Amino acid sequence: MKWVRVGAVLFLLAVSTACLLADFVAPAPYAQQFRDLPDAAPSGQHLLGTDDLGRDRFSRLLYGTRVSLLLAPAAALLSSLLAALIGGAAGFVGGWLEDCVMAATDLFLSLPWLFLLMMVRAFLPLNVSPVSSVVITFALLGCLGWAAAARVICAAARTLCGSDVILLARASGSSGFRLLWRHVIPNLKPVLYAQFWISIPVFILTEANLGILGLGVAEPLPSWGSLLRELENFSAFSAQPWQFVPLVLLMVTVGCFQLVLRNQELWA
Amino acid sequence: MRHRLLLSAFLLFLALNPATANTQSRSQLRFCLGSEPKTLNPLLVADDASETIRYLTGGVLLRLNRLTQQMEPELATSWKVNRTGNSISFTLRQNVRFSDGTPFSAEDVAYTVERLMDPALHSPTGDSFRSSEGKVVTQTAGKNQITISFPAPIVGLDKLFDQVAILSARSPKKEMAVLGPYYVAEDKAGSDLLLNRNPNYWKHDAAGRPLPYITSIRLDIQQNRDIEMLRLVRGEIDFINSLNAEYYDKLVAQAPKMAFDTGVGLDSEQIWFNQVPGAPLPAYKKAWFTSTNFRRAISASIHRDDLARVVFRGHARPAVSWVSPANKFWFNARLQPHPFDRRAALQALAQDGFRLQGGTLRDRTGHNVEFSVMTNAGNKAREQMATMIQQDLAAIGIRLNVVTLDFPSLIERITRSFNYEACLLGLVNDDLDPNAQMNVWLSSAENHQWNPSQKTPATAWEAEIDKLMRAQASSQDVKKRKLAIDRVQEIVWQQEPFIYLVNKDSMSAVSTALHNAHPVVLRPQVYWNIDQLTIGNDVARNR
Repeated sequence: MKWVRVGAVLFLLAVSTACLLADFVAPAPYAQQFRDLPDAAPSGQHLLGTDDLGRDRFSRLLYGTRVSLLLAPAAALLSSLLAALIGGAAGFVGGWLEDCVMAATDLFLSLPWLFLLMMVRAFLPLNVSPVSSVVITFALLGCLGWAAAARVICAAARTLCGSDVILLARASGSSGFRLLWRHVIPNLKPVLYAQFWISIPVFILTEANLGILGLGVAEPLPSWGSLLRELENFSAFSAQPWQFVPLVLLMVTVGCFQLVLRNQELWA
Repeated sequence: MRHRLLLSAFLLFLALNPATANTQSRSQLRFCLGSEPKTLNPLLVADDASETIRYLTGGVLLRLNRLTQQMEPELATSWKVNRTGNSISFTLRQNVRFSDGTPFSAEDVAYTVERLMDPALHSPTGDSFRSSEGKVVTQTAGKNQITISFPAPIVGLDKLFDQVAILSARSPKKEMAVLGPYYVAEDKAGSDLLLNRNPNYWKHDAAGRPLPYITSIRLDIQQNRDIEMLRLVRGEIDFINSLNAEYYDKLVAQAPKMAFDTGVGLDSEQIWFNQVPGAPLPAYKKAWFTSTNFRRAISASIHRDDLARVVFRGHARPAVSWVSPANKFWFNARLQPHPFDRRAALQALAQDGFRLQGGTLRDRTGHNVEFSVMTNAGNKAREQMATMIQQDLAAIGIRLNVVTLDFPSLIERITRSFNYEACLLGLVNDDLDPNAQMNVWLSSAENHQWNPSQKTPATAWEAEIDKLMRAQASSQDVKKRKLAIDRVQEIVWQQEPFIYLVNKDSMSAVSTALHNAHPVVLRPQVYWNIDQLTIGNDVARNR
């Protein structure tokens, strides 16, 4: 099992390196349209063929992976931090604060986000560059994705506060911020890690769905989300199976993250 | 008891026998509707699905032959429009009955017109007849003569009756009593509709056999186009009225005999700049967008042939102006699509003081030329066109930001807030007569998208278009109208308030089991001659 985890780490390192070196590895600029070769099959020139507009799919996969692997974890980090702050504080303090926070969380979870996001998009300026659009998209996801994680962290914090470990810490004279910082947060780490890793694929897929609303990454910048939109047409499965490479890469990458996560949990 | 058992066994055999089941199924035509019909009242039709039901069930006085693009008599055996164009007289067919047996007469036509023009009904079909304030008067002479007079002349008056399904004035079934080839027998909300052959339909074939040939039509409500395609290939449905290029090519690969490309259609795709004086845009951008040279330069930089070849896989043609070449009579054949010419584009821009510096185009005040184009999210072809235009414009140093918005937000921006720079949308056109686009071309019109609802025309060329469009609308002389429309096409071609991109082909899929189907450009592409269609074994029986 250890070798599987080592393999997962190596795979993630390889993917990250290839993405970071995309400028050198990619056979063509991600936006360049080879208009004489739309929907081309894999070849020596285009390893994964070309998309509908004749853009090299392998190059777009490299750049798209870079965008998603950098920004989805950033959004996950933001949402996990917010969840830790809000949920952790509610669980630790308890009482009326917990009631208020949980009520707010329930309200947040029950809101029709689809329509709210459409409203948000309607108010955003139109003339934003593709890079700004991708940052805005993931920042929005990070800011709005904390509620479910906050519930879990609040429950974990509440359980932890009633545990023997914390009781012993209190008996030893630890209280307030010191108790929170030295005893509660370290013991919440596995839950926080889990929420962080779980959020990454969720945000990647949410970004793909938001593309349909115009909130995703703007053209011509690729992301896993925009690459996965090619799969809207499921009848392409038999005709162009190489279109599924981004999906396979997403699944393998998320799987590797989960394996690494289990390792992290053991360390924690 | 024994007889009952034998009868039950026989019925069971009939039901299970594949041959019998096949014969039964082949006397039924099946196809899909993209959504549930919003109404079965033919006067209130405003969506595609309801229009389909109206076409299949409604009896009309006159019908536009979708193949010849000429009007033909139906329930009226003859008709005449008066000189001033505000009155039309019909002689009606005799011995015709509604689907429930109620006799048809001039009284029913008068009743239909009265309902149609009732302001309280808000009939979208009736709106086409509202040329000015005033009452519509109907005069009947006997059972078979009727004259309908409108308060003001209406251009192409007779053609509008293609959309008017006649209602019964006396039938207790109201709008469910019909004069068309089929009637609605079953309506399962959200699932399907069953139309049965109208036993009283008046048409017969040359051999005297009653039409239509097909006994019933099952319309399944299916939003997913992929599933619709799969069902066609499996033989579960008989045709798909309108295909996009991607599905067409797939079908050609799988079953080439089922795919029909009937050539360039009436619909167009275009891009326009916001020229509204009060729009919340910087002054320098307003100056770009109102400059004819700027618009022409953008137009010349767009590779329309590539758009047609890549996005529409060759199933589209570079567009010329606002009348499609598919509109045989009204299209101005002297005009050609704007050619792709980067040098000409840069020259046009130079005339307005733009200069290319280090790969970036700057205006005379030093601003980088950068703007956004919005289109409706989820429309793959438009998103792809915008992305291709992005690359085309990058070649002359213009940075284009592509924004996809949900449709309501987009409409809000182009009709109310005017907070946008450029927009890429399409125009679905059902009407051959260009007069139907008065609400686009008059500078005072709300749909004059680049600068709507003007009190006085903002430019001389818009004033000329106003004059020409009003002149053609008030004339009954087709030659004069044609000259005016040709000139309007020419002005639009020169000034490019709309930069026309492509006209898409009209494509359909028809099962090999369906006979007599001749897909055409005009809607409804496949079943326009529904009463002539035959299916499977019915061919032998009915020919």
